[in-house]
Amino acid sequence: MASVHAIPSLEQEYEFTSESKRRLMIGIGAGVVLVAIGAFLLASGVGDHSHEVVQGQGHSAGHEGEHGFKWTTRLWANLWLNAVYFTGVSVIGMFFISYNYLAQAGWSSVFKRIPEAMPAFLPVTGIVMLVTFFVAGHDLFHWTHHDLYDPNSEHYDPIIAGKSGFLNTPFYVIRIVVYFVAWYGLWRILRNFSLQEDLNGGTEYYEKSIKFATAFLVVFAVTSSTSAWDFVMSIDTHWFSTMFGWYTLASWHVTGLAVITLTVITLKERGYLQAVNENHLHDLGKFMFAFSIFWTYVWFAQFMLIYYANLPEETIYYRERFSGYGGIYQAPFFINLFLNFVFPFLVLMTRDAKRTNIFMKIACWGIIVGHYFDFYTNIMPGTVGEHGGFGPIEFGMILIFACGFMWSVSTQLAKANLYPKNHPMIEEAIHHDI
Amino acid sequence: MHVTSSVRTPLVTGGKTYADVTEDVSRQVEGRPTREWTIAFAISVVVLIYGTACVFWTWWEGLGVWGLNKTIGWAWDITNFVWWVGIGHAGTLISAILLLFRQKWRTAVNRAAEAMTIFAVICAASFIVMHMGRPWLAYWALPLPNTFGSLWVNFKSPLVWDVFAISTYFTVSLVFWYMGLIPDLATIRDRARSKVSRYIYGALSMGWNGSAKTWARYEYMSLILAGLSTPLVLSVHTIVSFDFATSVIPGWHTTIFPPYFVAGAIFSGFAMVQNLMLIIRVVFRLEDYITVEHIESMNKVITLTGSIVGIAYLTEFFIAWYSGVEFETYAFINRATGPYWWAYWAMMTCNVISPQLFWSRTIRRSVIWTFVLSVVVNIGMWFERFVIIVTSLHRDYLPSSWAMFHPTLFDISDYIFSFGLFFTLFLLFSKFLPVVNMAEVKTIIKSSSEKLPKSVSGVAKGERVANPTFNKDVE
Repeated sequence: MASVHAIPSLEQEYEFTSESKRRLMIGIGAGVVLVAIGAFLLASGVGDHSHEVVQGQGHSAGHEGEHGFKWTTRLWANLWLNAVYFTGVSVIGMFFISYNYLAQAGWSSVFKRIPEAMPAFLPVTGIVMLVTFFVAGHDLFHWTHHDLYDPNSEHYDPIIAGKSGFLNTPFYVIRIVVYFVAWYGLWRILRNFSLQEDLNGGTEYYEKSIKFATAFLVVFAVTSSTSAWDFVMSIDTHWFSTMFGWYTLASWHVTGLAVITLTVITLKERGYLQAVNENHLHDLGKFMFAFSIFWTYVWFAQFMLIYYANLPEETIYYRERFSGYGGIYQAPFFINLFLNFVFPFLVLMTRDAKRTNIFMKIACWGIIVGHYFDFYTNIMPGTVGEHGGFGPIEFGMILIFACGFMWSVSTQLAKANLYPKNHPMIEEAIHHDI
Repeated sequence: MHVTSSVRTPLVTGGKTYADVTEDVSRQVEGRPTREWTIAFAISVVVLIYGTACVFWTWWEGLGVWGLNKTIGWAWDITNFVWWVGIGHAGTLISAILLLFRQKWRTAVNRAAEAMTIFAVICAASFIVMHMGRPWLAYWALPLPNTFGSLWVNFKSPLVWDVFAISTYFTVSLVFWYMGLIPDLATIRDRARSKVSRYIYGALSMGWNGSAKTWARYEYMSLILAGLSTPLVLSVHTIVSFDFATSVIPGWHTTIFPPYFVAGAIFSGFAMVQNLMLIIRVVFRLEDYITVEHIESMNKVITLTGSIVGIAYLTEFFIAWYSGVEFETYAFINRATGPYWWAYWAMMTCNVISPQLFWSRTIRRSVIWTFVLSVVVNIGMWFERFVIIVTSLHRDYLPSSWAMFHPTLFDISDYIFSFGLFFTLFLLFSKFLPVVNMAEVKTIIKSSSEKLPKSVSGVAKGERVANPTFNKDVE
């Protein structure tokens, strides 16, 4: 165990090399090209197999009061999907450091700079969401149509009209702005304390950080649920589930943990963060294992209660995903369960797996990809319906967002020492041994 | 090398040596019962006898002695059941989840909390057996072949899942608690002066010899049982919540129930642990082990879980409106403003508003405040179950079936029975078994003491020092 106790220096700068920048630019460029190809194919009607399906089902689409499907909807739906997904990953960085402060956790301080770097991407996803909502709100969100609220209109929907106190454009936009401003603002404060602590030392910043971390947790306790209703649940406007907020939080959380872990391992393999040893990885692995099971728990509880009570207005949600739209969402539905429960459960089961880089990376990728499918199955049926699928647009958009996110994280990592060297818990963390 | 950060607060005060821990904790196991203990025990036994008589009368006469009616077929019985099961959650949370999270403060409170769990689950089970009406047929709840019972159980019913969930939980909690006791029982065996107690504690400690190998097995066993118990903690109250949520009764059918019930259970369980520990630490003079830091940590958990429960209340209320389902909306407005408004507001005040006082550092470090608020929390959690069960049932689908529930003497007395049972068992535990896990407290002496004596392995400062029977060399 001697290697565990050989303490490396706490002075380490991360260098965001031009080679890395070049690769990320190529990634973004490739993503843009893929999206463009996908858009061209969709615009010219190639690759959309839904026409036969629609004709096969008669005029079912017309009944729902849709304004006819535009190929751009799929583009916007993808933007929205990735924006929601990466908003979650980013804000979980803040969530992670906040609850670690509140719980006085010591072990995590050694890699604290990684979750700390993640929320910097929030303004990007926030702006993408606002722009998407303003440009394509009518295509993505059924509730934005005014005639639903007009009793004289043939599209009048008394149920949706009853929700207008919550689902109306001004209040919705205010909420989105409030979420991002609150999350990002509180992160800036904590980040600032953390950087000041590097320069000045002392426990003053630590004490203040605990206070602001607690404040964030209070804010996030409410906004994590309401944002899940806004970003995802309101797409299927009629449908409702009290679990949905915590379910989305569970999904975001475990994804964020996987991203943190993957980043830590990647940096370690490149020679950084040598003070992070297999004990820290073991704990991160336990976190991913436990919260994968937690996600499954809330997924199953929500599904089981709706299945069991068998109320039509609730079961329709799963019916659409399971057999609706020609069954195109059935595969993502099962991939979701497999990658997010079965896979991490088996891969992360043993102690040795959690202490081995390669197994951890496999589990991380499973979780990261799996939860993309989670959001995919929640967002796509209500936005693009039978026009959904996996084509160049989907892959390209993931590439753009993922490379953008990595760029943002790398920039933040390069701005500060890789270890929070004056953190009061850092000594505990580098001697972490379980 | 193990490092403890300087910002961490000490968890053991008074400069204790290992021998002091043994001495301080074993004192009341080995000594004669104190006067306080005897009085408390006598009261508990009297209450238990009265309660037992009432429970027998309930069985003899039939459940008609309760205030149930055709509309409200579940009231105090199930309320009490869920309340006790909920209280039974904190023990395993402390012993299992806090062990996995390596929380050192758990060492001083885990033993008593686990004992509380076991007794609370017994009390909860007593209400199930009570409301069966014919306790001699309780085995019908098990899937036995038809020759033993009337019918094969209905596996589609969450009530049957409850039978499995709670009995599994009880078994694992009991094993976990007992395994943790073994090293301490061996300590008491080794110190025993009379032949009888040496024999009894010797048999109970199962040949524990304290070798490195035995300790290694103990550690493995703790982790494995913690890993098993963690999903069990969640599953028990999840399935209790399924008893309601799988139905289509407005106010019961809501998907957030499982995690919200679990949070509520931990909330009430920690409040009960606070009540018990605050008394124990004074009566048994254990203030150096159960410090203000422990109380504060538990109050933080209470604030956290209380706030989670609060968020769940608001979520339910919001979604009831958002859903546009008029029955659901009515059920919630009726809760807050209908004939049972007082129960609803008692629940809201006790569960959501009062724990917020713990945001004040002074209040959450005050023994008096903690004790009072913990009682308030448990009153609130009883009302929560009452609100969920009775308020959702009392407005039936037809207005001609609308009814109110009026508890009878036997509703109340059967509830009192469970207090008699609980405190009798808990007092017996606190007299005959060490209430603090000595072995585990010793593991944090070096890292978490306020000040260390010159030699932590020195002899005890207590009265036995003159005649240290634990020291084999003297004999």
